[in-house]
Amino acid sequence: MKKDFTRGMRHGIPIMLGYLSVSFGFGILAIQKNLSILAAVGISVTNLTSAGQVAGVGVIAAGGSLIEMILCQIVINLRYSLMSLSLSQKLDSSFTLPHRLIAAYGVTDEIFALASTQPEPLKPAYMYGLIFTPFIGWSAGTLLGATAGNLLPTSVTTAMSLMLYGMFIAIIIPPAKKSRRILFVILLSASFSVLLKFLLPMIGDGFAVIIAALVSSMIAAALFPVEEKEASE
Amino acid sequence: MSVLIYILVMALTTYLIRVIPFAAVRGKIRSRFINSVLYYIPYAVLSAMTFPAIFFATGDVVTSAVGTVIALLMAYFDLPLIAVALGSAAGAFLTDLIIRTVF
Repeated sequence: MKKDFTRGMRHGIPIMLGYLSVSFGFGILAIQKNLSILAAVGISVTNLTSAGQVAGVGVIAAGGSLIEMILCQIVINLRYSLMSLSLSQKLDSSFTLPHRLIAAYGVTDEIFALASTQPEPLKPAYMYGLIFTPFIGWSAGTLLGATAGNLLPTSVTTAMSLMLYGMFIAIIIPPAKKSRRILFVILLSASFSVLLKFLLPMIGDGFAVIIAALVSSMIAAALFPVEEKEASE
Repeated sequence: MSVLIYILVMALTTYLIRVIPFAAVRGKIRSRFINSVLYYIPYAVLSAMTFPAIFFATGDVVTSAVGTVIALLMAYFDLPLIAVALGSAAGAFLTDLIIRTVF
């Protein structure tokens, strides 16, 4: 139990470092939009998401309606529903409803990426550890950005914005080397995403990711269905 | 309107999006097609989120592209996540430095 928690925490360290830099940028942004330090940290602690928070701060700064806030969050964050659904199939039998209600809070792009590529079923203690270190990075980075954002040169902070994408690449490339069909779905999804971005920019980044990922996974599932045994791996 | 209300509404919306499928889908899904889709989803989601966004991450296509190539190469050689993440950022930083000093 304790071992699972520490293993999760250890796995969460790269995410924590990436989050430190991204949330640092969020902290700077929130202060620029006239939010208090407390509000900036409060948003990060309760939301634990990047794009949704940036858009949310935009709604607050513009004095938008609550309906606008809700719609904006749904569009940008709907991909989490897809990730939660996928993870629901990977949970250990010890993952009871109370555990699910708590752990759902921490389903982010990066935590999902690591959790979903674990070889064994997910235990609650492991998930809590995997959420804990990134949570600390996200909150602390926001606080640092909000209080001391202007101390780092912009050349450093802009370069750091590549870190999370670098991590995504490090997650998807090694399995793609071993499996042609994973390589196929990665290339297909990237192509759809690029096409949507340039041909239909009005649908927005949140929806573009959902459409690209769903369509390419469905095509791959139709062409190369996986065996029951592989799917649970 | 109070900022606190905005934050609460924002947090609740985001939480519900995450928790509904996580708590509601308790059993194993039997459909082979849906299971296959769910098997591919993680790779598809990460790929769609990375491309083309990574090329605009630093605000400059050249430094972002250098960072991307470095990440792809390091990932190809199975280097740890944190090394790939830092290597890609360092590559973009150095490219920016070189461009600034030379041009």
